[in-house]
This record gives sequence, structure tokens and C-alpha cells, in this order.
Amino acid sequence: MNAYVGTATSRVDGRAKVTGAAKYAGEFAADLLLHGFVVAATIPRGRIVRLDTSEALKVKGVVDVLTHAHRPPLAEQDEAWKDEVAPEQGSPFRPLYDNSVKFNGQPIALVVAEDWETAKFAATRIRVEYEEEAFATDLESERAKAAKVDQPHKPRGDASAALTRAAVHHEADYVIPSEHHNPMELYATTAVWDGNGKLTVYDKTQGVQNVQKFLCSVFVRKPDEIRVISPYVGGAFGSGLRPQHQVVLATLGALALKRSVRVVLTRHQMYGLGYRPMTIEHVALGANRDGTLEAVMHEAIAVTSRFENFARNDTGWGEQLYKSPNSRLSHKLVHLDVATPCDMRAPGAASGVCALECAMDELAVALKLDPIELRLKCYSDRDQSENLPYTSKQLRACYARGAEAFGWSRRDPAPRSMRDGKDLIGWGMATGVWEALQMPVAVRIVLTANGHAKVSCAASDIGTGTYTIVAQVAADALGLPIENISVKLADSSLPQAPVEGGSWMAASSAHAVLGAAEEIRQELVRHVQAMPASPLSGVDAADIILVDGTVAEAGDRSRAVSIADAMRHGQVERIEKEKLNEFPEDKSHARNTHSAVFAEVKVDEELGVIRVTRVVSAVAAGRILNTKTGRSQIMGSVVWGIGMALHEETVMDHRFGRIMNANIAEYHIPVNADVHHIDVIFVDEPDDRINKMGIKGLGEIGIVGVPAAIANAVYHATGKRIRRFPITLDKLLN
Amino acid sequence: MNNFQYSRASDVADAIRLLAADPAAKLIAGGTNLIDLMKENVERPSRLVDISRLPLRDIEETADGGLRIGALVPNSDLAYHPLIEQRYPLLASAILAGASAQLRNMASVGGNLMQRTRCAYFYDTTTPCNKRSPDTGCSAIDGLNRNHAILGTSRSCIATNPSDMSVALAALGALVHIAGGNGERTVALTDFHRLPDDKPHVDTNLGSGEIITAIELPPRGFARNYSYLKVRDRLSYAFALVSVAAALELEGNAIGEARLALGGVAHKPWRKLDAEAALRGQAATPDHFGRAADLLLQGASARSQNGFKIELARRAVVRTLMQAANATPQSQAHKKIA
Repeated sequence: MNAYVGTATSRVDGRAKVTGAAKYAGEFAADLLLHGFVVAATIPRGRIVRLDTSEALKVKGVVDVLTHAHRPPLAEQDEAWKDEVAPEQGSPFRPLYDNSVKFNGQPIALVVAEDWETAKFAATRIRVEYEEEAFATDLESERAKAAKVDQPHKPRGDASAALTRAAVHHEADYVIPSEHHNPMELYATTAVWDGNGKLTVYDKTQGVQNVQKFLCSVFVRKPDEIRVISPYVGGAFGSGLRPQHQVVLATLGALALKRSVRVVLTRHQMYGLGYRPMTIEHVALGANRDGTLEAVMHEAIAVTSRFENFARNDTGWGEQLYKSPNSRLSHKLVHLDVATPCDMRAPGAASGVCALECAMDELAVALKLDPIELRLKCYSDRDQSENLPYTSKQLRACYARGAEAFGWSRRDPAPRSMRDGKDLIGWGMATGVWEALQMPVAVRIVLTANGHAKVSCAASDIGTGTYTIVAQVAADALGLPIENISVKLADSSLPQAPVEGGSWMAASSAHAVLGAAEEIRQELVRHVQAMPASPLSGVDAADIILVDGTVAEAGDRSRAVSIADAMRHGQVERIEKEKLNEFPEDKSHARNTHSAVFAEVKVDEELGVIRVTRVVSAVAAGRILNTKTGRSQIMGSVVWGIGMALHEETVMDHRFGRIMNANIAEYHIPVNADVHHIDVIFVDEPDDRINKMGIKGLGEIGIVGVPAAIANAVYHATGKRIRRFPITLDKLLN
Repeated sequence: MNNFQYSRASDVADAIRLLAADPAAKLIAGGTNLIDLMKENVERPSRLVDISRLPLRDIEETADGGLRIGALVPNSDLAYHPLIEQRYPLLASAILAGASAQLRNMASVGGNLMQRTRCAYFYDTTTPCNKRSPDTGCSAIDGLNRNHAILGTSRSCIATNPSDMSVALAALGALVHIAGGNGERTVALTDFHRLPDDKPHVDTNLGSGEIITAIELPPRGFARNYSYLKVRDRLSYAFALVSVAAALELEGNAIGEARLALGGVAHKPWRKLDAEAALRGQAATPDHFGRAADLLLQGASARSQNGFKIELARRAVVRTLMQAANATPQSQAHKKIA
């Protein structure tokens, strides 16, 4: 039954969120709660030679100041500090571990006081002396030091030779700046001291079990001593995949003082967390006159910290999108005196595909081909890196439906050819691609005889709508109204779930729900068929479904028993089933989502002011579980893509190795005035191979392609190709 | 944030007394800028003298047909006041181009004049800044200066004044009423803010122990031919790269009176009388507007990143004067530039 799946079901947590009933990590109360304020390093590299806390300790209300020299023990081995999404190579950052300063903004002390303002004030009374060391924070000036990291993509053919031979070739650097996530909710942890060394930790995170294991590991605790809860997350976008400083510091404070401690980072301090790394994306394309490709070369040079190798797949996406007999891809890292980057919505793809899709646009211009035609000429029905077909790939339909909705056929290809008064009009397009992953997730369902079901799982809902889709899938699978389903998430004591990220949670959690519901159905069928004179006696169990609160024959629903009756006859008050999802091991196909993004910009010819007046995003992402929240996901991604194209940039002064726009007044993201019409199209993409329900996930595909579509539109409007993002008006005027 | 004392002034004289008694005290009204700066430890007043309850919230007509605006009138109340909308729409428009609705609701008129630069180095206490800590040096001159001043700079400071309201007030020839220990005085708005010279830590000519009591608008409101255009990195809630307040009195297509001021380009609203004089008696054409822009921008100089602002300012001046001449002022609500 699909009463809810595939419909525009409103968020089940919507009321709680808008009324304030939904509690976030920094809002949980505790008796005798203390407040911690973080003191951050003001140099990018060196050693702390003196950290004088005496004046801070004199402030009335200050309980303690924790530092590397004054704290409870912390684990000493790197392995202990590696959470489930830590880079494989490197030595994770350890807050307050020793006197070394590895990046500007690094936490170096925690002032703990009876109230937050006191802690904040006392923090200004701490005197720090450093022994400063030479440092480097500028990727471009350090570019020559880039070192190659292993990538799964093997070279195919001889791309260099093919490029030299190619009739038409395009080669350029595209520069994507570092960007910060800036979720609305500040990073916060309330570590509640339960007594006897036990803690309940309310944390802003994308993975409670990841944080729980991490805390037990770094504080050397038994699993039952720390419980992590994160019922609501006010945005994270990847920044909450790894345990962040504040959870270590709050826990440290609680263990040191045997009292509950809350730590909330300031907006400024959140710029000391992870970020999308700046990359220089070098793309070279060689083509025949007819628009078929001979060579694709893509090299990404990215920032990472001195202590961890953070690298993502920036360069592999051409293997999936564009047929070419020769390709060479590489990813290089430059180690700088900065915090380790982290995942940020569509990590790798948002940056790499931006460069690739701008380069494809430039190639189309060189070939005098329509940008869609070029993409169709080299459309790849196989993932070339593994030479695999796709479980499904409706990208052609995305191009067609997107183009039609946008009116692409009316585009005059000549730059500067379309106008609206003082504005130059530009139309650009780009392709988006992302992975369709699925991970092990377990779900527990408790069905009670009154026809209510409680569904629980450790997965987080980071605002993406997991509560809602879990409720939808459960309601349909159990044949109950959605009001009868209550969902509990993000408690480390609940059935297992990985971090919520990678767009994998929809497919993963839905199939876990499906599995647990199936076991409940089987038990109900047993009870019903054991009833005397059962209306379902003799019916094949496989033909019995749960529908409308009953156990019924699929083909004849008049043959039915209510769930309440079935359970009464079975003499059970509740049925509890916990099930780990099962996905068949299948390496025979590639799994991806795709999109075609079309953008209209209007550029004031004299002033250079750019407006993105229309975006059409046609997305093929398997079955859409919820057309309302799904559409919101894509719209939000498009808005972020507008920001990536025109606004977002973490600005650092490399003389100080310090971020200079660490606030959301100066770090620009689009405001309402920058957002105009956004049209989301979900292209039908049945996929019975990827998983039972045909789900692929929507969290990330929506941003990929948007920046390039806008950049290509800016070129079409102005004739100027801006390869250094964001595209600000000074770059058009120069 | 530092600890501070709090006093509530009972009247203007009391506020002046409290200020005089404590040289490190600061007045607080809406607090939209001061509190931010206190949180960043940029401002560390020993005492806040709360003037928000003083009776300085009236907008009244003056004997000569102008308006007197109490210093505590909230920015939004001023922008939406019928007399401002009807007679001084340039001022209303400039106010609505600034900040956000929430900030405008809190910010006072006097406080708007007192807001400090948004230079990132000024805000970051770990970096040298002559404005924040005299004689430590200017980090912006050879650093991040994309949105810094191109006019009236000094070797000590290239910060800009962030106010939109002040730009319109400069163009309109507003006066600032000030009260202090030695009585009351009045200065032209264009003389209220200072250029940085070698004392960038002093933003204005307001003396210590003085308080702004009112802004006075002269009778001429330029209600027919005006425009305020703010060019910025996003279409709302961003400080100006360049903003222009333009006002004209036209007879046919001939310019009788012209007013022109720039924001986002200097330590104060930038107005030059010779640029306006050059327009008087001329036809309202892009060429003449371009010449006025050149006069207004005479002496402009750029640092490493802000060179674009000179040409941008020139173009913005011409555009804004055209909007004014055509009686098609820039809307602050529509998502486009007219």
C-alpha cells in the first residue's frame, strides 16, 4: 500500500519545530548546569608557552578553566581519536591535548562558570603567550607543494597524447574557494552528569553512535557510561559528521567537575570547524569536431591540514557522465596550517562537477555546439571507471524535460544576444551527478494492539525529513494511518545507524523499516491463521497484507481481521521486531542520481549586478518518497548553489593565517532578494535493481551542477568567462 | 564582553552629566552596533548610559518648513513616517536600503550616525588596527581591502562609514543638533563625520560628553526627482560597495538644483559641492551626469583590491542621476535594479 510513500506528506515534526517544542542540543536543562566558553588560539602555528588563567579564575562564578595542562586524561593513540568518518591518513585533532597550535581558531582552553556570560567574560581575562612558528595558509602560493593522493580511478588510454591530437581542445583552471556550512543552529553540547561517572550527552551531530563510540574511546569509558542523544539538528550539511570540538570539551568539563556542562560555540568559533576545502580544479578536454570526446583530464588541488589528509572525489564524475576513450584523473593535497576540511553537501562533486561542467560549456562554445547537444554526443551509458551499466540513469530525460520547462530551444547561442532593458540575459545549463549509496541501518518497531506503532532508530534527522519518511514507510508497510506512527531517532541506545550523510539515509532507513514491518506482518499472519474459523485460513501468507488497520487478503480485502483482534487471539499486547536492512550484494551496476540544471541570469550591463532569475532543476533520483520534502531539498540545494556561484567565500588574510569574515553578516549566502523562481522536476526513474523500493536519496544531488549552470549563464549573458568563484560584480567589471 | 556599569539617564542633562563623569562611558539607544562591538571586545565601555527612554522620539515641523527628527526615532519609524515618505522619500529609501527590518526597528537615528566601520580588522582584536587601537598600524592598506575607501583615505586608515541613512542626509543638507556641557550647537551632517587623517580612532566631531538630540531636515525635500541606489554583493542585507544618493530639481530637462552623495567609498558620506554646481543649469543627460561623477570622484585612489569601486561609483552615479531625472527611483523592495 502506498497511502503515504510518494505523496506530499507534511513533516511529522513540523509542528514541534515551529512551536519550539523540538529541543536542540543546547536547550536541554540539567540540575546545577555549568556553562563552558571556548578560548581559541589566535595564531595559526606554534606553541603555547604560557597560558595564565589566574585572572579568569578570580572572576566570581568561574568554577574552573580547563587547559592542556589542567584536564582529565585523554586517549594517547591516534586510533582512539578516529571516528567513523575520520580521514584514513592522519592524526585527528585533539582539543586541549598539548601545547601545540595547529590552526588559528583552535580551542586552547575552556572556561567553566555558573553562567554563560560569566564564562565569556572570564575568557577575556586569560593571557596566552605563544612561540610562533612560520606558517602557510595560501593554497595558491603553495600549489607547487601539492602531493598526489590515491584515487580509485585508474587512467584509461593515453589522455595527454589524445589531448595533443584532438581537433578541438579546452584547458583551464577553475578556482573554488573554501566555504563554511553555517548551519543556523550553533554547535552545542549539553553533557549531563548522571552520577557515578555516567553521562547523557545531548549533542548537535549527524551521528549519535559515532559520537558515542568516539567519546568512549577518547575518554576511555565503557559503552554503558556514555549515551548520546540528538533529537533535532538545525542544519549541519556535513559539518556534523565528525564529532566536533564542543562535544569533547563539554564532556571533558563534566568529567573534570562531576557536574553537567553545556558548551555552545559562537558563530565565529564555528569557523574553526571543518569546511569545504578550497580547490584549484584543472580540467582539460579534447574533442573531435563532431563533439565526441577523445580525452578528459581533471586534476584537483585541494587544501588540507598538516595533520590529516582529507580528500574527496572531485575528479571522477566525468567517468560517469561523458564517454571518452582516454582519461586521466588525479587529486592532490597541499598541507597548510589550517583546520582539517570536512564534507560539505555533495563533497567533491559540488566543486569538481562545477569545474567539469564549466569546461564542457567552454568546449561547446569552441565546437559551436549547443551545450545539451554536446552532452548528448558524449553521453555515457556506462560508468567508465568500472565499465559498469547503471541500475538506472534517466539523465537524457532530465535534459529533455528540463530544457522544455526552461524554454531552452528559444536560446540564441551568441553571448550578449539576449536583453531585458539594461540587463543582459544569459541562459546556461549543467549536469549534476551524485552517488546512490545505502548503508546498514537497523530499525525497531513496536506494534501495540491499539494499532499504534513506535519506530525507533539511532539515525539522525538533520532537517532532511528522516522522521517523516520513516513514518510514511512504516505507515504504508503496517497499513496504519500516519498519525498512529511515532518515530524516535538519534539516541545512541537505539538500533544501529551510521552518520546521516552521503544521501544514503532515505534508502537505508526505509528498507530497515520495511524489514521490521515484514516480520511484524508475518507474526500477525501467524496469529490470524491460528484463529478458529479464520477468514484468512488457507490463504498463502505471501498474499496477505496489512491495510487499513487490518490483516487482509491482498486480492479480497473483505477477508480481513483487525490488528487488534489478531493480537488478542494471539494473546500478545505488543509485537516488537528489530531488523537490520538487507541489500543484496551487487557490484554489477553503478548507482547514481543525476540532474540537469538550467539557469537564467540577468546581469546589469553597466553595474555588473547579477541576479539568478530562474532555475529549473530536473532530477532523476529513483523513487521520490515525499514530493513535498523532496522538492524542498532540491530548492534548498539550488539556493545553496546560487550562493556557491555568486556569494560564498571564506576569506583568509594569509599574513595572519586567519579567517576574516567569520560571521554571517560578512560571509554571504543568498538572502530572499537573491532567490527568484525555482522549478523542481522529478523525472520518473523506476529502478527495481538498486533496492526493493527503488530509492536513491536526494540530499546532495540538488546542489551539484547549479554553480556551473549559473556561471555558464553569466558567460552567455556577458561574454565573460569567470573561472574564479564566487562570481562577484568586480570580476565582471574588470 | 567586558563587565560594565549601567545607568539610565533621566533626561538629556543627566545623560551629559553621566558621560562627563566617566570618560569611558558610552551612550546606548538601540544598541544594534554597540552591543555587537562589545561582544567582540572591540568596544569596552566602563558604563552604558541608557538614553532609550528619553523623550527624543518626535518628528515635528520646523518654523521654516523643514523637519526636526528626535535622535531616538527608530530607523523604521522614520522611513515609514508619512512626512518623510511624502517630502523626503530619498531619506526613506536610503534607510530601507540598510540592514534588515529587525535592525531598523531597533536602531535609532542618532545611533545610525554613530555606527562604526565594518572593516574586518577593526572587528578582529588580534590584528593591528589604528581605528581600534591607535598606532598599531592599518591591516587593510596592504591586506583585504576589496570594500575599503577610495576617497579621503589616509596612511592610517582606509575604512568606510557603513551608514546608508547618512548618505541621504548628506545629500539633503541635514543638520545635527548636539547638546553638551557647554550648551547646544548645530553642525552640518557633512561636518559631523571626520576623515581619518592621523586620528582614525575618532569617527566624528561629536565632543566627549556630547549627545545628539535631533536631526534637522531643511525644507527642500526633492520629492519628485530623487533616487538612492545601493550596489552590493547580494541584493539585500549587505553593506554597500558603492551607494549613491541623488536629488534633482528640474525645469523641463534643465537642472535647477542638484544633490549628490556617495556611500561606501569614504570615512564619511562623500559630497562635493563643485560636482553639484557643475550640474546646475545643465540638461539632465548621461554626459553631464558623467562629468559630475568625475568631479565627485576626483582624487579617488585604490589599493590592491578595490580599484573596481572607482569605475563602479562613476557608473552608479550616472545611473542614479538618470533614475532621479526620470522620476523612477530605485525600489528597495523589488528584486531588481531599475
